Amino acid sequence: MFDSLSDKIERAFKLLKGQGKITEVNVSETVKEIRKALLDADVNYKVAKQFTDTVKEKALGQNVLTAISPGQLLTKITRDELALLMGGASVDIKLSSSPTVILMSGLQGSGKTTFSGKLASYLKNKRGKKPLLIACDLYRPAAIDQLHVLGEQIGVEVFSDRESKDAVSIAKRGVQQAKENGNSVVIIDTAGRLAVDEVMMNEIEAVKKAVDPDEILFVVDAMTGQDAVNTAKAFNERLNFDGVVLTKLDGDTRGGAALSIKSVVNKPIKFVGTGEKMEAMDVFHPERMADRILGMGDVVTLVERAQEQFNVEDARKLQKKIAKNQFDFNDFVAQLQQIKKMGNMKDLVSMIPGVGKAIKDVDIKDDAFNGIEAIVASMTPYEREHPESLNGSRRQRIAKGSGTSVTDVNKLIKQFDETRKMMRMMGDKKNMMKMMSQMKNMR
Amino acid sequence: MGILSIFSKDKKEKLDKGLFVTKQTFFSRLAKAITGKATVDHEVLANLEEILITSDVGVDTTMKIIDRIQKRVEQQRKVETAELNKILREEISSLMVQSDVTDQSGEFTFPQNKKPYVIMVVGVNGVGKTTTIGKLAYQFKKAGASVMLGAADTFRAAAVDQLTIWSERIGVQIVSQGMNADPASVAFDTLKSAVSKDSDVVIIDTAGRLHNKVNLMNELSKIKKVMQKVVPDAPHEILLVLDGSTGQNAIEQCKQFTAATDVNALAITKLDGTAKGGVVIGISDQFKIPVKYIGVGEKMEDLQVFNKHEFVDSLFKQ
Repeated sequence: MFDSLSDKIERAFKLLKGQGKITEVNVSETVKEIRKALLDADVNYKVAKQFTDTVKEKALGQNVLTAISPGQLLTKITRDELALLMGGASVDIKLSSSPTVILMSGLQGSGKTTFSGKLASYLKNKRGKKPLLIACDLYRPAAIDQLHVLGEQIGVEVFSDRESKDAVSIAKRGVQQAKENGNSVVIIDTAGRLAVDEVMMNEIEAVKKAVDPDEILFVVDAMTGQDAVNTAKAFNERLNFDGVVLTKLDGDTRGGAALSIKSVVNKPIKFVGTGEKMEAMDVFHPERMADRILGMGDVVTLVERAQEQFNVEDARKLQKKIAKNQFDFNDFVAQLQQIKKMGNMKDLVSMIPGVGKAIKDVDIKDDAFNGIEAIVASMTPYEREHPESLNGSRRQRIAKGSGTSVTDVNKLIKQFDETRKMMRMMGDKKNMMKMMSQMKNMR
Repeated sequence: MGILSIFSKDKKEKLDKGLFVTKQTFFSRLAKAITGKATVDHEVLANLEEILITSDVGVDTTMKIIDRIQKRVEQQRKVETAELNKILREEISSLMVQSDVTDQSGEFTFPQNKKPYVIMVVGVNGVGKTTTIGKLAYQFKKAGASVMLGAADTFRAAAVDQLTIWSERIGVQIVSQGMNADPASVAFDTLKSAVSKDSDVVIIDTAGRLHNKVNLMNELSKIKKVMQKVVPDAPHEILLVLDGSTGQNAIEQCKQFTAATDVNALAITKLDGTAKGGVVIGISDQFKIPVKYIGVGEKMEDLQVFNKHEFVDSLFKQ
């Protein structure tokens, strides 16, 4: 009863929108969608469930910006949360001791040997180290040759012993040689092994014990499925590794394994492999990975672009005008310009989930707004502020001035009236789409 | 006399052993999902969903299976959990039957009217192409065929050496031009040599390539075309090798490789040790390409001709 006017307006607006805050109800569909996106990206089932639950809990009750829907906001929160979870403080590899001993581990075909070469090349060229590669994969045919070829390519020495079948002894002797020759870093390549292979797991544990590595890296194929969790857990239990290397990220996999591994063993992802060339590696970027896993980069971009263009103060003024039914042609054009600033029209519209496919073949021209702007520009300032003043003769003059016909002007005024009505309900996704489709017809 | 009696006891044991982890988790978790439940209800279905998805069956195929079971539950009003095993088994079998057109004999055979029978092996990096070729050559040789290998992975360091070592181990011929040679030229030479030496089977190794790299995918078409200059209908078999521990990206790999090279057979590797195998179900459901071979271990003999019934049996064996 004693509420201030603005409070009342605010509340009315929210009621009209019906979605002022994130609630269990208005995001339940989105939560489902996000969970499916995570599962499709090979995030472990339990991790995905736990993660969406946490996000939902955090998001409940948050205020929703007028320009986006609660579902979209939730997606944005999810993405940020995902990046946060996978990132944390970035951890470099420890290079303090001399020689620094780095032990590679992982399943068959994950890319250990290739990454050993890349890491050696990186440490040599970017960090000014003098690495030595040690070939401890004694099982796969020609694995030793492969490391030698790579070593030659990057100009790094390789220690191997083709006669020996004892990985522990080779590793030890390699480290000894490094000490004698003044190598500052030692990288030990090992055979791929299954976590359930007791004999092989014992072997790498023995290597670890023998050389006491400063850094144990777990190399994992970014395409790995649900089992990534079990594998990472098993390797971590045996080796207590220091960091993860995610390989083959130059493929189109969404790489949900990264999230699963991070949540299960809580070890930092230190590097990613991005190609077959020796320099194709990078440090890990949590945000990029978050976008990739969600496969919803588009929604995030839309939300971000809307947030960029969205001036809170302007929006508040606009809300008041809308509520008082004072929305005029100046505001109309300002809105159009704001949308234009957000980017290519078709791109924008297609970013709205579910809309993209529907308008795939519809031609939306970027200059769709030009005619509208010309008509509004031909109005006098008084007319723009008082749309109801637009009588027949004024309309005729405007048509002439803008190089259009009276029919065009009439059409625009009619659409403006409708938009005005609709603005009062804006925010709701359905209405927004209706508005979009109307704008489409404004050409 | 079921179809299974064709298989030697030894082979079945190996598959059972190979899929032990898969089976153990799949089956024991299924049993767990229904403990204390008399009938199939929402909770049982939710548990089932989790089991299927965590076996890499994939969201779409999982939903398909759940939907079908749900329909049966609705029709019959009441389905006892004891029946769930049987139903699930039927549903999984029916998903797989559509794509399974392989020779059910379980033997490593190839059409006798095509000589040489040319197999080109493709796949992304690290799935186990070269190892699969070694195992396959071993089986064909054991079956009495003369085999020739073509070392057309001239890109990855020491890939040629790796295949050469396999050829020596098994005692089959190999054609190679060393590293960095033109893979199409290696394939051409291999076929020429196979024709002149009257080989029964030719297996061409190719470099691992990620399916989203257009140039590398085009290279496969080129290799194929060049081979056809020697044997007009070669390659008779394009075998796509998939890593059994790969998740949903396997579907994408299948799609892209098929689009580029008309893949007509699949080999799924590393099915030992992983808690998976579900990927076989998902892929069988989504593609009409038969799974022909599965890799279940590191040893030379650890490659098997895939048999749907045996596979499903193995999943549900108590």
